[in-house]
Amino acid sequence: MTKDDILNLGALARIRMSHDEAAALNTEITAILEYVSQVTDVVGDAALTKNVGPVHNVFRVDETTNEPEQYTEALLAAMPERSGRFMRVKKILHTED
Amino acid sequence: MAHQTTIAALRQKYLTQETTPTKVVEEALTLIVKDDADIHAYLEVYEAAKAEAATATETFAREGNAAPVLCGIPIALKNNIMFTGHTTTAASKMLENYVATYDATIVKKLRAAGAIIIGATNMDEFAMGNSTENSAFGPTKNPCDPTRVPGGSSGGSAAAVAMGSVPAAIGTDTGGSVRQPASFCGLVGFKPTYGAVSRYGLIAMGSSFDQAGPLTNSVADAELLHTIMAGQDVNDMTTIAPDTYPEVATKDLYTIGIPRDFLATGVDPDVMERFEEQVAALTSAGHTIVDVSLPLYAKGLAAYYISIPAEVSSNLARYDGIRYGTQVAGENLLDGYEKSRAEGFGAEVKRRILLGTYVLSAGYYDAYYGKAEAMRELMREELRAVFETVDVLLTPTTPTPAFALGEITDPLTSYVQDIFTVPVNLTGVPAISLPMGTVTRNDVSLPVGMQFVAPHGGDARLFDIATRTFDQRT
Repeated sequence: MTKDDILNLGALARIRMSHDEAAALNTEITAILEYVSQVTDVVGDAALTKNVGPVHNVFRVDETTNEPEQYTEALLAAMPERSGRFMRVKKILHTED
Repeated sequence: MAHQTTIAALRQKYLTQETTPTKVVEEALTLIVKDDADIHAYLEVYEAAKAEAATATETFAREGNAAPVLCGIPIALKNNIMFTGHTTTAASKMLENYVATYDATIVKKLRAAGAIIIGATNMDEFAMGNSTENSAFGPTKNPCDPTRVPGGSSGGSAAAVAMGSVPAAIGTDTGGSVRQPASFCGLVGFKPTYGAVSRYGLIAMGSSFDQAGPLTNSVADAELLHTIMAGQDVNDMTTIAPDTYPEVATKDLYTIGIPRDFLATGVDPDVMERFEEQVAALTSAGHTIVDVSLPLYAKGLAAYYISIPAEVSSNLARYDGIRYGTQVAGENLLDGYEKSRAEGFGAEVKRRILLGTYVLSAGYYDAYYGKAEAMRELMREELRAVFETVDVLLTPTTPTPAFALGEITDPLTSYVQDIFTVPVNLTGVPAISLPMGTVTRNDVSLPVGMQFVAPHGGDARLFDIATRTFDQRT
């Protein structure tokens, strides 16, 4: 693990960070990974099997449980940028200038 | 500090008209104004509680003992539990101004039973931590010794009860976040069987771990609150039916397993002394104590800090600053995401998201996440086998009493504090922490706790042995 790896993970996780922040995280995450790596020795070659305890599918009737518009205004009100009944976002598709 | 009381005692006083919900809520709000500037158990206190208390007072005058079971009982709620119209921050800058649009199922149930939600309690950000020092809004102090942490992540809930402002509070427990603060603050803390209580309306951290549970001054109160909150919920498909697990019966006398190897190192000597006193008392009461070996259980922490970051990185991907929560304007969509998440999340949350992103990435998934999930299955099998010979397990809840504010800064050192509590969440079994006396640090008496663990579905068995171990002796 290097500082660049941390910056790359930050990019994957959509978290901007400074080089200093990445350096500190590198030290901490390397230590944590070293500690948790013992699972490999503990588990050995055992494959992931879901055979202990109840494992079964859960179904429910496919029906709406709320009234139309019940939450609409509250959800719109929570949006940082709103335009009427729409949420305002930055342009996603860019054209070459 | 106000007198600590139980729900049962409070209700009795309402029935005999020794006091009223109106007076109790007023006293609680006064106490919070006086003491909480220092303790900081609460992030917000609800003035509406006064009006609800007035209604409850009328209900008691009119209905007496027919009043709902929690009528007029003030309860504090960890701030990662949705309560319609109230700010639900998860102690994060990301949700600093987020207002809940619906009630968590447990909030609905508690209020239907008459409870008055008096305020929202402080916590580690998104429930990640064991000291409440990771709150974006400043730490909570331990009412038993304000130089020390109350534990976490439900530290505000524990402090709210320990300071005497409420008889009970609700927390959430992902790796010990109800039991460890209960231990540090001298309370009863209960973590139900996974699926016993609906997670609908809880801000998710580790969805295959999280359960809500009560922090109280008696086992009877914990059982009462759990019974009200528990049950299947159409909005949480992981909730279990009464017959999901085989019946776990209560007994007159129990066989109690103690993983002695696991306790041999790392536990403070005086914490072990308190523990041995409890073991001796249980033996005197006629229970059988046996030594058990749980080699995988003892190594659960390693699996926990793989599976939890993995679930955290997935669950917290939703906070993008677009639909709700903190938004920092960016030059484009991606820039906005990265800046909003950089600004909104604290250090521990970022650490776990990055760790989770790593263990789930192609090339490392099998080595980390796959192994950790396999280990959880092996641990469940190990526990199943041990529970064929013993009825419950017993350990201290934590290796030490409450540590000082600022004492533990290294993440890995912090994680190791949870060694006795995380295996319970990894496997989904229920556990309860009970006060087991005090130890002295710097001339201050600090509470420590012990933890009973039962098989899946054994919640009632835990309440039975815990009542006999704690309520009936205090």
